[in-house]
Amino acid sequence: MNVRSQISMLFHLDKCIGCHTCSIACKNIWTDRKGAEYMWWNNVETKPGTGYPTKWEDQSIYKGGWKKNNDEKLSLKSSGKLKGLTNIFHNPHLPLMEDYYEPWTYKYLDLIESPQQDDQPTARPISLVTGKPIDIKAGPNWDDDLSGTPEYARKDPNLENLSPAEQEAMFQLEKMAMFYLPRICNHCLNPACVASCPSGAIYKRGEDGIVLINQNVCRGWRMCVTACPYKKSYYNWHTGKSEKCVLCYPRLEAGYAPACMHSCVGRIRYLGVLLYDADKIEEAASAPEDQLIARHLDIILDPFDEEVIQKAKENGIADSTIKAAQNSPVYKFVKVWGMGLPLHPEFRTLPMLFYVPPLLPVMAMLSETDHKEQAGKLDPIAKFWERSTLYDTSIDSFWGTIDKARFPIKYMANLFGCGDEEIVKDVLKKQLAVRAHRRNTTVGDIKKEFSEKILNDVHLSAEIADDIYYLTSLAKFDDRFVIPPAHREEALEMIENTADTKGSTGFGFKETPARGL
Amino acid sequence: MTAYNNFFFIGLPYIAFVIFFVGSIYRYRSRKFTYSSLSSQFFETRKLYWGSLPFHWGIVFLFFGHLTAFSLPESVLLWNQHPARLAVLEISAFVFALLTLVGLSNLFYRRMTNPKVRIVTSTMDIILEILLLIQIILGLWVAYGYRWGSSWFSIILTPYLHSIFLFEPKADAVFALPLAIQLHIITGFLIIMIVPFTRLVHFLVYPLSYLWRPYQKVIWNWDRKKIRNASSPWTIFKPKNN
Ligand code: SF4
Ligand code: SF4
Repeated sequence: MNVRSQISMLFHLDKCIGCHTCSIACKNIWTDRKGAEYMWWNNVETKPGTGYPTKWEDQSIYKGGWKKNNDEKLSLKSSGKLKGLTNIFHNPHLPLMEDYYEPWTYKYLDLIESPQQDDQPTARPISLVTGKPIDIKAGPNWDDDLSGTPEYARKDPNLENLSPAEQEAMFQLEKMAMFYLPRICNHCLNPACVASCPSGAIYKRGEDGIVLINQNVCRGWRMCVTACPYKKSYYNWHTGKSEKCVLCYPRLEAGYAPACMHSCVGRIRYLGVLLYDADKIEEAASAPEDQLIARHLDIILDPFDEEVIQKAKENGIADSTIKAAQNSPVYKFVKVWGMGLPLHPEFRTLPMLFYVPPLLPVMAMLSETDHKEQAGKLDPIAKFWERSTLYDTSIDSFWGTIDKARFPIKYMANLFGCGDEEIVKDVLKKQLAVRAHRRNTTVGDIKKEFSEKILNDVHLSAEIADDIYYLTSLAKFDDRFVIPPAHREEALEMIENTADTKGSTGFGFKETPARGL
Repeated sequence: MTAYNNFFFIGLPYIAFVIFFVGSIYRYRSRKFTYSSLSSQFFETRKLYWGSLPFHWGIVFLFFGHLTAFSLPESVLLWNQHPARLAVLEISAFVFALLTLVGLSNLFYRRMTNPKVRIVTSTMDIILEILLLIQIILGLWVAYGYRWGSSWFSIILTPYLHSIFLFEPKADAVFALPLAIQLHIITGFLIIMIVPFTRLVHFLVYPLSYLWRPYQKVIWNWDRKKIRNASSPWTIFKPKNN
């Protein structure tokens, strides 16, 4: 057993309101620079939809991630040693700027300085690349809230194995549903970006598992951009270097939550330590598809287990980190409650960002109802929805709602379950059960026997259900982000040996990171 | 005339190599961030395919061809003893030179016409591409007009270059060469000289070590066990990620 620690994340999708605050927080700190304007280390996309960059999940286009060969070994879909070195002159699968979007600003000054005239002055959009006026064709969240549209939602790669009838049912006007999928770098255990970098510029930090690109070693060969199946490594066209999410490591080292998480309005984000067994990485990453998730979760170790604690200490993991692992909300969601699933595990990078799949678009249904009684009570001028339909969240045929979901489970399974609907259903059922339990406690319109039976069905006790409820709905800042101390006294030394720079000007870059000749 | 000759064939090579070595090493050590291929594929990929691929493969072949003639002149001569083999060598070199020319012309055209690629083009890029174009055209001219280069290079230029590297410059044979060849040599030195001031530095950091490193890379800033061992002095362990 080779115990390592990883700062991992969990996003509770049922709570995401799609406000993009996270994206903006990140942008303002990290990517508001020339060459990086188009990068969204954190982005939020609408599902079903094509995402950012367009159709990133379709690996027949982008060739990201790992593939399993006949000899059961893994190899990179896009590069690998020989291919990587020979494709270096021209990377055939590199996403281009048009696959993301051309960043722009507006000529705001025209609004103020335009001479008096008959028409309103306008601020024309200006390309941030060329500085010339452009016609905006796409943006980072261009498919925002556009479920059902032929251009976006229907081109979602996850719809591929849904039958035409199933797809049609999904996009009927009355039934249409959607949810938001916020994404950052997953800081994977088997990162394709690291493996694909010919220069060896990308590495995983041993202490906390954050995957970083050493800007001084990166030579802009762009292999990581192709290799990352989540398209979370970006090429900075100005500096000629690749960049990616750094999980706000300077904030983490100082004990702050990453900016996207700190600012999250829906409070959907959780961050904590997971201890894992590094010896099992290869085996888990090359597991057969139907066992991928199980093996992935298998790597994660129990931080209360005596043997694990001892091995962790032998490996130099600090006591404070072990303690953080024991209090980790991510550990609770993922391992104890079995509610967190990785996004697209079939890419085989072993992502360490987990998602609780959203229940809401699944559960709510539209049913026929009689509005007469209600209508009688209404003020005559009140607007009334003429059609006798009801947004029904009742739970009469309880598990039935999941099977009759207006949002096919198959679709969810394509995202979070390697195609296995049972895994996703299991998580959704747990969420439903917790809901029923809470409704019994607070509203009381559900009988105790009923809610208990349902909890039983998913093997949850009332206490655990309350814990889940607490962490889902009430959790305070310190419950959601359990950040192990980076040992401030060592934090600076994670970047540079202080003794080396004694008497000099400072730490880190001592020159502006300017583009080379 | 001798003053010119001495400058171009004895002075210039030393200037060029000193600037090349000092400049590249200085830049690598103090402005490492600027070492990059500065790829513009992100903006345009189709034309790049028809430019970058022929150019790079062509120039790699030519580079190693010149290097072989420089370092193993006897074996080149031995190979060339047979006219058929000489023809094979010369024709393939010529073809690769043409490939380089076509590739570079495509690249140059693309660089000048694509508005976005234009944005990431520096003056140095343009100077470099023009120099390279001149050099390839000169090279083709030499190869076509003054046959058989692979043989006479080994007899005339290799001793000359060796003499330069051994610090006993003997350039008399070069003084007598036709102008086209002389220009090709001079441009060659010029290109070597400006390497540290251009994006050409990227060929110095071609990542061959990728072949033998393991795919995954994990870095501990500190040796986790030693750092927690009270008896080990902390200053001797440098963080490994810089
Ligand atoms: S999500 Fe992509 S960039 Fe992030 S660690 Fe995984 S492979 Fe690398
Ligand atoms: S800030 Fe939170 S709620 Fe808002 S879009 Fe981002 S993840 Fe969703």
